[in-house]
Amino acid sequence: MSAGAGTNWEMVIGLEVHCELASATKLFCGCRNAFGDEPNVNVCPVCLGLPGSLPVLNEHAVELAMRIGTALHCDIRPSTFARKNYFYPDQAKDYQISQYDQPLNVGGWLNLPDGTRVGITRAHVEEDTGKLTHVGGGGRIHSARHALVDYNRSGVPLVEIVSEPDIRSAAQARAYAAELRGILVATGASDGRMEEGSMRVDANVSVRPAGSDALGTRCEIKNLNSLRSLGRGIEYEAARQIALIEAGEKVAQETRHWDEAAGRTDSMRSKEEANDYRYFPEPDLVPLVPSADWQARVRAAMGPMPADRRAGLVDALGGAASEAEGEQIRAVVDLGLDALVTAAVDAGAPVALALARAANEVAAQSGAGLVLPADSFAALLALESGGRLSATQSKAVLAALLDRGGGDPSAVAEEMGYEALGADALAATVAEVIAAHPGEWTRYVQGDDKLTGVFTGAVMKATSGKANGKEVAAELRRLRGPAS
Amino acid sequence: MSSARALAAAVRAGERSAREATEGALDAVAARDGVLHAFLSVQGDEALARADEVDAIVARGGDPGPLAGVALALKDNLCTRGTPTTCGSKILQGWCPPYDATVVGLLQGAGAIPLGKTNMDEFAMGSSTENSAFGPTRNPHDTGRVPGGSSGGTAAAVAAGFTPLGLGSDTGGSIRQPAALCGVVGMKPTYGRVSRYGLVAFASSLDQIGPFAADVEDAALLFDVLAGHDPLDSTSLSSVPEPTVDALERGVDGVRVGVCPDLIEGCAADVAARVGEAAEALAGAGARVEEIRIPEFAYGLSAYYLIAPAEASSNLARYDGVRYGLRVDGEDAAAMNTATRTAGFGAEVKRRIMLGTYALSAGYYDAYYAQAQRVRTLVMQAFERAYCSVDLLLGATAPTTAFALGAKVDDPLSMYMNDICTIPSNLAGHPAISVPFGGGDDGLPVGVQVLAPALEEALLFRVARVLQEAAPPGGPPEGGVAA
Repeated sequence: MSAGAGTNWEMVIGLEVHCELASATKLFCGCRNAFGDEPNVNVCPVCLGLPGSLPVLNEHAVELAMRIGTALHCDIRPSTFARKNYFYPDQAKDYQISQYDQPLNVGGWLNLPDGTRVGITRAHVEEDTGKLTHVGGGGRIHSARHALVDYNRSGVPLVEIVSEPDIRSAAQARAYAAELRGILVATGASDGRMEEGSMRVDANVSVRPAGSDALGTRCEIKNLNSLRSLGRGIEYEAARQIALIEAGEKVAQETRHWDEAAGRTDSMRSKEEANDYRYFPEPDLVPLVPSADWQARVRAAMGPMPADRRAGLVDALGGAASEAEGEQIRAVVDLGLDALVTAAVDAGAPVALALARAANEVAAQSGAGLVLPADSFAALLALESGGRLSATQSKAVLAALLDRGGGDPSAVAEEMGYEALGADALAATVAEVIAAHPGEWTRYVQGDDKLTGVFTGAVMKATSGKANGKEVAAELRRLRGPAS
Repeated sequence: MSSARALAAAVRAGERSAREATEGALDAVAARDGVLHAFLSVQGDEALARADEVDAIVARGGDPGPLAGVALALKDNLCTRGTPTTCGSKILQGWCPPYDATVVGLLQGAGAIPLGKTNMDEFAMGSSTENSAFGPTRNPHDTGRVPGGSSGGTAAAVAAGFTPLGLGSDTGGSIRQPAALCGVVGMKPTYGRVSRYGLVAFASSLDQIGPFAADVEDAALLFDVLAGHDPLDSTSLSSVPEPTVDALERGVDGVRVGVCPDLIEGCAADVAARVGEAAEALAGAGARVEEIRIPEFAYGLSAYYLIAPAEASSNLARYDGVRYGLRVDGEDAAAMNTATRTAGFGAEVKRRIMLGTYALSAGYYDAYYAQAQRVRTLVMQAFERAYCSVDLLLGATAPTTAFALGAKVDDPLSMYMNDICTIPSNLAGHPAISVPFGGGDDGLPVGVQVLAPALEEALLFRVARVLQEAAPPGGPPEGGVAA
């Protein structure tokens, strides 16, 4: 590549995402597919690769893989399994059963929120390996004294989703991974947890002068264990490649390891050192040919995907969302709280308020597994929007409702001693606050609206949060009189 | 020693006890297997306990099944729970499977008494049982000769009369060739007719478990117990098999038999002569015999010796010292793998792993593995064409009678030639049977082979039965041979 300093560089990125399917059992045997159990309890002759054992394909896992393919607009095709041969102690048979030249899902796409369409090359089914723990020497491979193998993960079903090199920035790569994660969760195919390894992302990164159609030499970056690592790893790697080229050197095609602590990638193996996997058709399995009827049933059983669900909320907001609302919509849909919002809106709650409470207060608790019935949520929002509860009170009641898994918000509010401040009491308190802040009042009357917050804050303090902020503002405006 | 069917009938009727029959079998093994070395291990206590259970069922008025009290020899590549299963290899020394092969469960359900595990060429790779890591088995007809292989231990156990029945596996002829050399009946079923679950894999697309017996009726009886669908084997056929024993007496009147020179011409003159006589015998029994050429068979051997090693190179990767069997320590995991496999595998296994690895390697795959698969397709198409004009094919099983121990161990290619007549059926997944038919010039048994289209086992047994009745003298004496 003839490009020196001053060139505008463009990143070319393709992602390979492995996701563990959320099937009850493993891909080729009846062992439990579970994370976090005691080592080597979910094992049998098949997933231990014992001599004489044979694989039997798990149809439910195939169905989950078909859901992913359908959500990514892939063609679902007659497919076959192949053996990928390589020696590694976490690999029970020293080969992995995967799909090679005839994958299940082929040729789809995924739209990023910025409108970019990323092509999906394929999404194929394969089995996971066991897990190695290196013991001694600080847990690092090279200094370890020995290694322990846990085969609970051996044979867990995976789908590997390979994108086209259509991604042009680290931010887009993160957006792709986030969007894909949302789709995996929405289809029920996977829990998409990067921190537990149920979604693992490798990035193929190359750079080229902006406007060029040629592809540069790519490096594959592994160990990107979070969205943050994905973004940082790509940024680092692109910068490394640009620096090399600008210094007149060449990028070597290789696999590189992202070191999150050091913030850099290191070479793992070169192209020459790459394994020859000696793929050949798996003779122990028969071809997988999903019938048209099966495919139709899978398609019919799928709910709307995150992009459609976000669009639905934007429509409910009247067709346009502010940036803050856009963020709230993302959060709500990612956490699957959009059904709650929609139900509350259908029951008459204001969309913006429902979104805000769901994206903040409810979302904060959803990690702890706390859920709220839609009718409870809708009733609470009605109290708040009707002025019966202040925002502060409403949040406190919401927390209590989440804690109890629902209930009647009026009763909870009463229990907590929250009564809406009467109009007279509010007016009296506002008058007291004005009297205590004569200077501010003068400036407010002269048109300094920013001071609304000062008065509202003081009223809230005086009423221990019982006042409704909107009503305070209205009273202030009433006392100021019509704008001059 | 009586036939399996006579013994089972007597045990079911309460006329003989399974214990007495089992003790007799164990005594015979103890007396004579020191010379023959048919067994790698004998599970005497378990066999007697099982025999007592069978007797108890009879005493209660129950039926222990069609193989009640019949002792049985199991090739040592069939998994038996809690019992060593070595595949004739040092690399699995000491390994006891935690589960039974599907066929082992079926046998026990039929009242059979597994007596022990038999010797074999390491991982079923060989034609003489000399590739066993635990020493060769000797042919009961002449202890200076090999029993054939790779299921030589089972063939010898049945030929010696230790057990009326036995199981072997056939990847390229490993049931039929030793059956021929030992003068017993050996049958390879249609691929997928008998479950492979628990059969330690050599070449998965070719392997098939099948019966050994002293005569055709017993072989059919055993096959009927083994045949059927197994949900644990994805390549298992789902159709319900019809009993073959019911069809045994139907004869061959009107059956079209194709005598195939391509399965005869490479054989010794005495073997070829016996095949000719077998054809005449079938014609005499009413079959319509014609000659049919299948030149594609000539390419079968080369295709087989690429496909089988390719699959084996992958199937045998798991013997890496990590989980079970032999481990020879090394500096790191890779060095341990290498040291273990270097020490644990014999020369023939290593040769085939290297052949197979090469055939699958980048840049060679198309020229070797893929080309071999195309040849396999050609062989299948050739069979299909032949079966438009004939119902069955007739040929030799093995090119010669049993050869001397040591005669071919240093010449792999000449050893591989032993499979030339048996390989086509494995490539096509078809059933085939070897039936004793007279003797060679050296007085040793000769087997003739009948090949049939997929799922025509009943027809195979019918024809084999006619051949058995017509077999000339000079074959094995009734009821096994003294060592």
